[in-house]
Amino acid sequence: MTNNAAGVQQPESFEFSSENLEWAKQQLKKYPEGREASCTIPFLWRVQEQHDGWLPEAAIRYVGDMLDVPYIRVMEVATFYTMFALKPVGKYFVQLCGTTPCMLRGSEELKKVCADVIGVQNTVTSDGVFSWLEVECLGACCNAPMVQVNQDYYEDLTPDNFRQLLADLKAGKEVKVGSQTGREGSCPAGGVTSLTDKGLYDGKGGQG
Amino acid sequence: MLADKDRIFTNLYGLHDWGLEGALKRGAWDGTKGLLEKGRDWIIDEMKASGLRGRGGAGFPTGLKWSFMPKESDGRPHYLVINADESEPGTCKDREIMRHDPHLLIEGAMLASFAMGAKAAYLYIRGEFIFERKQLQKAVDQAYDAGLIGKNNKNGYDFDFYIHHGAGAYICGEETALLESLEGKKGMPRLKPPFPANMGLYGAPTTVNNVESIAVAPDILRRGAGWFAGLGKPNNTGTKLFSISGHVERPCNVEEEMGIPFRELIEKHCGGVTGGWDNLLCVIPGGSSVPLIPAPNCQDLPMDFDSLVAQGSGLGTAAVIVMDKSTDIIRAIARLSYFYKHESCGQCTPCREGTGWMWRVLTRMVDGRAEKREIDMLLDVTKQVEGHTICALGDAAAWPVQGLIRHYRHVIEERIDEFSSRSDTDGAVTSKDVETV
Repeated sequence: MTNNAAGVQQPESFEFSSENLEWAKQQLKKYPEGREASCTIPFLWRVQEQHDGWLPEAAIRYVGDMLDVPYIRVMEVATFYTMFALKPVGKYFVQLCGTTPCMLRGSEELKKVCADVIGVQNTVTSDGVFSWLEVECLGACCNAPMVQVNQDYYEDLTPDNFRQLLADLKAGKEVKVGSQTGREGSCPAGGVTSLTDKGLYDGKGGQG
Repeated sequence: MLADKDRIFTNLYGLHDWGLEGALKRGAWDGTKGLLEKGRDWIIDEMKASGLRGRGGAGFPTGLKWSFMPKESDGRPHYLVINADESEPGTCKDREIMRHDPHLLIEGAMLASFAMGAKAAYLYIRGEFIFERKQLQKAVDQAYDAGLIGKNNKNGYDFDFYIHHGAGAYICGEETALLESLEGKKGMPRLKPPFPANMGLYGAPTTVNNVESIAVAPDILRRGAGWFAGLGKPNNTGTKLFSISGHVERPCNVEEEMGIPFRELIEKHCGGVTGGWDNLLCVIPGGSSVPLIPAPNCQDLPMDFDSLVAQGSGLGTAAVIVMDKSTDIIRAIARLSYFYKHESCGQCTPCREGTGWMWRVLTRMVDGRAEKREIDMLLDVTKQVEGHTICALGDAAAWPVQGLIRHYRHVIEERIDEFSSRSDTDGAVTSKDVETV
């Protein structure tokens, strides 16, 4: 079990911040009356954002009470979806995509960097700065290999620029999100091979 | 090669303003009201005539799907649900639409909802796409503020667009699992029938469409079904976003004409196979779920639904995963098997047990620690998983393995021989009981 909460020091209680409580009220309006349970995943995610990246047991009960959903149903959701962590993660939680498209472009080398810089997978470093996990396809395959650190994607990685990225994060330096080689989105490296017709962008609608 | 004027996603790479102002300049929201005034039947007929087949993988005709919704409401609301759970390994096209061309999607959602009598659309985006979710929300807010959607809007049809997100589960890309997840439950697929068009979200008639299918709708309706149908080939019409990853010089997303030959696609846009065309080993043409096609069959391979089915594979999401001769093909497919084992929801026994079984056997085969009779046993297991589960994840897990055995049985056998001879000469088999990928 990679996500086993056994032995985790649990806080006594959990409550949304007033800002998040206001946000939650707005969210409930998106769904028809009686369908408040739809908010389970968004609420759990907001809890995790507020609570250093992991879900304490008290929060699972808190969300269940808010939405009038049995605790066990909320727990089921919390354990079913891989983005929910039931135990603490590092300040920078590195999720490394290891699925075949990233593997073909060198994710295994990145795993070695993680093992070297951070240590054992799914274990927080003693200074609390890092933890890492190999995850499944993150949907940025044209910019492989890539990792997600907390909320952001870092793409077009090599062992060198990845090592540098981790060092910069640790040092608290500002880092560039997205491609680490300066590519624009998923445009071919070196420049576009399509969409060069200026008529598309002259404000006349662009369409034939 | 597709002419730029025929491309729909003119801000695919985010080189221009993604917001409303930029989108209006590029032609989004142009005459939407007039399209709505032509009526539901006109929209559905145009979509049918365009020949658009769903861009989420299965390739079901979009117009036909829309026509399955009840014509009149029986008191229950109708819903459009947009599947933005983009998780099929290799696929990263919807992400570009949501972060760079979001207004095409919102406009398409309005047109599709109108055509199906829905007053609200829910878009379900995968949890990891946090930036994309926020960006899309900004675009939705812009559309509300500009009076393009919402109550009493300029287009004359009350319509709400809501964004909902998941939290990391491939299975939620399956439409009924997505609906379960949207209702706040574990993403476990539902038995069908009833189909979503009769009993979908909250028990109401629902249609689930892929992001790309919805985002191309406004252009099809504006330019006419004939324009779209004139691109590509019969039954495989229009343009398509291709996500090309793996062993090419310059991986990228690109919009091209349906049916473009594989070689032309990667040589025009991606600088070709790393190390040259002769270095190609094989390609997975439609996302990890479809069987691979070996290089000798790739020379004149048209990239469309029917041509790829004829090759024993499929277009899927048009996620083209290229592998050159440096690839350990057994290992590459074993990694996909790990993916399916990880992502099986666990509801159906053949998939829950079979995916793990396939992965474990393949992991041994990577090292050659297997017996040759196990190859047929593995093939037999894939047949026992395929078609014996509620959803298509079981099939998706079985097909890559079948493709491997179909085309690379000799590689597996050689690996086994090599390992056996090594153990004969070394005298002992090293213990490698811990199976890791």
